[in-house]
Amino acid sequence: MKNGIANYIKSLFLWELIKGLRLTGRYLFDKKITVQYPDEETPQSHRFRGRHALRRYPNGEERCIACKLCEAVCPALAITIEAAPREDGTRRTTRYEIDLTKCIFCGFCEESCPVDSIVETRIFEYHGEQRGDLLMTKEKLLAEGDKVEQQLAADRAYDACYR
Amino acid sequence: METFFYLATTLIYILIIVIPLMLCVAYLTLAERKIIGYMQVRIGPNRVNLSLLPLIRNLRGFGQPIADAVKLMFKEIVIPSNADRFLFVIAPILAIGPALAAWAVIPFADGWVLSDINVGLLYILAMTSIGVYGVIIAGWASNSKYAFLGALRSAAQIVSYEIAMGFALVGVLMAASSLNLGEIVSAQDGSVLHWFWLPLLPLFLVYFISGVAETNRAPFDVVEGESEIVGFHVEYSGMLFAVFFLAEYANMILISALATIMFLGGWLSPFQGIPLLETLFAWVPGLFWFVAKVAFCLFFFLWFRATFPRYRYDQIMRLGWKVFIPITLVWIVVLGLFILMKLPPWFA
Repeated sequence: MKNGIANYIKSLFLWELIKGLRLTGRYLFDKKITVQYPDEETPQSHRFRGRHALRRYPNGEERCIACKLCEAVCPALAITIEAAPREDGTRRTTRYEIDLTKCIFCGFCEESCPVDSIVETRIFEYHGEQRGDLLMTKEKLLAEGDKVEQQLAADRAYDACYR
Repeated sequence: METFFYLATTLIYILIIVIPLMLCVAYLTLAERKIIGYMQVRIGPNRVNLSLLPLIRNLRGFGQPIADAVKLMFKEIVIPSNADRFLFVIAPILAIGPALAAWAVIPFADGWVLSDINVGLLYILAMTSIGVYGVIIAGWASNSKYAFLGALRSAAQIVSYEIAMGFALVGVLMAASSLNLGEIVSAQDGSVLHWFWLPLLPLFLVYFISGVAETNRAPFDVVEGESEIVGFHVEYSGMLFAVFFLAEYANMILISALATIMFLGGWLSPFQGIPLLETLFAWVPGLFWFVAKVAFCLFFFLWFRATFPRYRYDQIMRLGWKVFIPITLVWIVVLGLFILMKLPPWFA
């Protein structure tokens, strides 16, 4: 009963509302946390999962051995691989495609790869202007890997002790 | 010739009031976005600058209202095929007309009033009440069940809070013993403590909160409750839609101006009655104090929006009918006793 009256008086004097106003009033003068994206960027993790790339060994040989583990593990069925023996008798892919419109960037392909071939880069700002632009073919993936190899190698070296 | 001259001067006076008012409405939207942004630890719009104007070139986001207005003007006005075209177009005009007409009796400073009528308070009540027709007609003319139900909902809300508001104004009328807004301000002459906010504190709070509900602002904005419920203007687009929002913001400024006049001493300086400060600030024109007080009230509108979650509809109705109306009725009786006792310093 006593509590009820106290509550009644509290609500009559707008006590809770004033407390709420005080909180927002304090935030009015708080430091703003906005990151103004095109001008500023948030720091990226070295495990950032952006657009894919296929890596090569330092001697220029492509790493992928067409084991198709990534194709099997891909939950979005975004990866398509066809394989055949090359002239020198090694097993290589004849077709390696990632459909970025299906990909959910979970990183399973990267985790499943036994030779660190398929990786996800830090590139996340990209777009397609016509049909097929977002279908990453083998050539595109390898070219991508050649372009950012330094960053990829550095990130993997940094992460090596946790793997 | 005389009539023509009279008409021309009146028209000029109207423009002198309406043009700054519309600019205030435009920049109120920017202030709202900025202040709410700051309260949410964001920085708000800051991309559009008026880079051609020398003084405000570096005020970031200052061109935003203009950009918004241009965008809205270039948007298509879609009129639903089953809508009543005439009423559909006339409804937003009915909403904004009274919101602007009410400014005719607002005294901006001592004697600065377009028409100094002696029933100003009644005129204000009438004008703010007419605004609800815009809402009802908009809902009806849309010929959409959502718009119609939304219109009924907001009409009921506005009408309910009008009663509490009217009672709060009865208190002001009793305290000032005048319906003329200028005389109401003059009755508060003396000092900050002479202003009516103190003896009429419950009525002031009821009036201000009713004002928030009356203008369909958060936390009473079931009208535009984007996420859960749709309001009377679902079918509106482009400039017709924008006119409803102009009316909403003009009403906000109007409610703030009325709160200033009736409870916060209008154009009177807050330093009145304080020996040194009074002479120090004697040169400041009354218009400045009026605008400052209106801005202060408007800030509360924005502060409320950033703070409180939306009321449920039955809670809105409960607050209006079961809380505010009893409070105002009780306080009118108390106020009557105050006046009978000739309680100083207000009623002596």
